[in-house]
Amino acid sequence: MMQETQSIQQLKNILEAALLTSSQPLALEEMLRLFEGKMERATLRMLLDELKSDWNERTLELVQIASGWRFQARIEYAEVLGRLSPEKPPKYSRATLETLAIIAYKQPVTRGDIEEIRGVAVNQTVLRTLIERGWIDVVGHRDVPGRPSLFATTKNFLDDLNLRSLQELPPIDNLPQQEMEI
Amino acid sequence: MLPPVISARLHGEPIASLPQDLYIPPEALEVYLDAFEGPLDLLLYLIRKHNLDILDIRMADLTQQYMSYVDKMHAAKLELAADYLLMSAMLIEIKSRMLLPRPVELEQEDDPRAELVRRLLEYEAIKLVAQKIDALPQVGRELLVAQACFEHVAKVQLPIVEMEDLLVAWRSVLERAKHYTHHHISREQLSVREHMSLILRRLQQEGMLEFTQIFVISEGVQKMVTYFLALLELAREGLVKMTQQAAYSPIYVQASELMA
Repeated sequence: MMQETQSIQQLKNILEAALLTSSQPLALEEMLRLFEGKMERATLRMLLDELKSDWNERTLELVQIASGWRFQARIEYAEVLGRLSPEKPPKYSRATLETLAIIAYKQPVTRGDIEEIRGVAVNQTVLRTLIERGWIDVVGHRDVPGRPSLFATTKNFLDDLNLRSLQELPPIDNLPQQEMEI
Repeated sequence: MLPPVISARLHGEPIASLPQDLYIPPEALEVYLDAFEGPLDLLLYLIRKHNLDILDIRMADLTQQYMSYVDKMHAAKLELAADYLLMSAMLIEIKSRMLLPRPVELEQEDDPRAELVRRLLEYEAIKLVAQKIDALPQVGRELLVAQACFEHVAKVQLPIVEMEDLLVAWRSVLERAKHYTHHHISREQLSVREHMSLILRRLQQEGMLEFTQIFVISEGVQKMVTYFLALLELAREGLVKMTQQAAYSPIYVQASELMA
């Protein structure tokens, strides 16, 4: 039985165990379930912040991303740990990256919108690569002839790039249209 | 803005850098083409390489340089050239509009180059930001998500069964068994493949049949089912074509060979 009053350390231990063993990032709502309604959101946030700083000197760090919180290895271990996996991580082509960037910054966009910006036909495999990675999906159809699919980036995309929201993407250089000397 | 480094060989000699002038040997063109992500990319390259002011493009020079690329491209890699040709048309249109005298009141707002410049800048912004996105740490590349192993040992909750439940279950088994008692499946003499031939033969004589004409109601349900299976099989094997103009409208069956 869970006691009425648990020490802060006990509460943090519960969160730590849950976060470390979860295969997916844990959202606040999910973590609230751990305490069967006896936890305020604000308290939970505070506990998570404390837990995060508890791990400051460790090899893992607690981070908040789009779909919740997760533990991950500190980035300085990336190179060394990479030696464990025989396969090199995928390297995306410029076409794939530019398509991804257009979807990320201009979403929701159709294939036609992407072609308009890049000036070339969009290769179907590029979109498929991104869909299979779980980074983009179809969120609807534009109500024009042909009803083209509208693509947007997913939470998974933000998670994989360690971001909480699209606002955290690198800023896009604003088009200096006003400065045009015409 | 230079395109990515290319490692390629031409006549066995490694090509270390893009040539300084715009001439590209046709054999090497395919290699260079792959370095550009389309006409906008190529234009940007030409503009940046010659240190041209993107906001004050000399259309004649740019168009000429661009066209010399496209001409060679046209010969070498046609399917790629389509996008590039569209851009040539746009460049020439802009040039021609700039040659035409314009009404004074329009001069301020309507530079024919404005749309091209807007697209070039937009594409350049995307191109740069795509590189920035790629530089972000990524899960599976620089980021490794921690996961400790935890085996959920759920307590198995066995359902409670009352005597009454067993009785109800037993009765329903008996009830269902009744349905099967008289249902003897005997090997039917009608073969599907035989009926496939029957249908094909009729189609050869009568050309096209309406879906319902295939079936002769008086011959009984089993026969009709066999006809239906035969028809499906024919369609699957591509021996007949079934067409329907609209939902709920009559379906027509036709032998494929007759249509050929």
